[in-house]
Amino acid sequence: MATRNRIGVLDLQGGVLEHINHLQALGLNPVRVKEASQFDDLAGLILPGGESTCLIRLLNIFEIAPKLKEAFADGMKIWGTCAGAILLAKNIEGNNSQLGLMDISIARNAFGFQVDSFNAKVKVPKVSNDEIELTFIRAPKIKELGTNVKALLEIDDYVAAAEDENCLATVFHPELTSSLAFHKYFVQKCGVKVSTDSDEHLSRTSWMKLARITNPSK
Amino acid sequence: MENNRFELNAQLAQMLKGGVIMDVINPEQAKIAEEAGAVAVMALERVPADIRADGGVSRMSDPEMIAEIQAAVSIPVMAKARIGHFVEAQILEALKVDYIDESEVLTPADEENHIDKSKFSVPFVCGARNLGEAARRIAEGSAMIRTKGEAGTGDVVEAVRHMRQMKKDIKELCALDPEEVMPFCRDNGVPYNVALQVRELGRLPVVNFAAGGIATPADAALMMQLGCDGVFVGSGIFKSGDPALRARAIVKATAYYKDATKVMEASKGLGEPMVGINCSGMAEDEKLAKRGW
Repeated sequence: MATRNRIGVLDLQGGVLEHINHLQALGLNPVRVKEASQFDDLAGLILPGGESTCLIRLLNIFEIAPKLKEAFADGMKIWGTCAGAILLAKNIEGNNSQLGLMDISIARNAFGFQVDSFNAKVKVPKVSNDEIELTFIRAPKIKELGTNVKALLEIDDYVAAAEDENCLATVFHPELTSSLAFHKYFVQKCGVKVSTDSDEHLSRTSWMKLARITNPSK
Repeated sequence: MENNRFELNAQLAQMLKGGVIMDVINPEQAKIAEEAGAVAVMALERVPADIRADGGVSRMSDPEMIAEIQAAVSIPVMAKARIGHFVEAQILEALKVDYIDESEVLTPADEENHIDKSKFSVPFVCGARNLGEAARRIAEGSAMIRTKGEAGTGDVVEAVRHMRQMKKDIKELCALDPEEVMPFCRDNGVPYNVALQVRELGRLPVVNFAAGGIATPADAALMMQLGCDGVFVGSGIFKSGDPALRARAIVKATAYYKDATKVMEASKGLGEPMVGINCSGMAEDEKLAKRGW
């Protein structure tokens, strides 16, 4: 069995390049995971934001879910952002659970419509000493935590970020902000060394350098 | 619209990347689309193929019908307003649709001006045939762009033409010396500030989807390989023999657009595709893509 020393991002649909870009800014060489065969050397996997119904459909059709669960049982950590957190939850209000790897109850699209999407700036003491910018887009709410799960951030009547020994769930999108704090936190949780804290200025459009139409070397 | 709202709207579109947005005309179709793995649905009374066949004036759909679709699914719901018809857009915003498509598929309400999209909180998607059109829509506040293609034909040729033109324009703009940018903007109708952003990013500063004539998994993968961020399928799904099967196949082919084996598997045994209209035999004034200024 190969050593688990790399971080992957599930690359089926959604905000994949944004996570890849943040991980690269930490000096890592992340894997874009599209196949069941790519989990063997992963210390950690990020389930990106996107549409959870689309993601779970593709995970099942291409028989990726069983391999993902196998790797998880073998020690691979998982971080779900937004739709990714929904996939992780053991209990989804009004729906069947999907991967069901984390003992949380979650309500999909709990804030309403796109016009109710918003930004906030808060301190998450366990993750960073500085205020972190959070972006909520048609976000879910974590409503209940199992006994092994701890809240990292509570807002009003819901939990916005939670973790247990093997999973991290955030209902917001750190990959859409300039902050690397949550990515650094997850990478360290996976036991992988962060080689640099890039001083590269990350912005809303940083991911676009990975999706250029012109020659990127120019 | 505060700057922040524009960012959130452009970011919603980012979450749709690599996905398929499907035209639906009732809650049953919307559920089929969601179940097949669509990332969003476009709610409308008639798909473009029927709009084309029926003729007459085509308008925004009945808000009641859009609301029924909103109630039926948990994925984002988009709806179309006529070009320049800002009151239709106000109604769709009051309805809290997730995206408004200011669309050439409907009969234009203004033959000179588009909607001032910067006034709205709800995001807009607009069609474009080239960089100039895309950049003008972005300057007006559009948070997402799609090719116009030729809706309701099942012929992908116009979508390919528009994406190729977009890439050509972007490459040309990026290769210019700084002093050549202003004349390029003048000649191509590109707002200068958007041109500077495109030069810095090497692409449009918002997500760019394919639309107009996509009917098969191969069409979807073709547009993705040409550099589109995702795909709209209008008449192609629910005008085909087996919509659920075709919808799933197009979702698969879009996610694995570089994997020929998976696209091949997705293309097997789909039954009848929609009956197409060949764009090359079409009179210029029949083309919906001509609408928009």
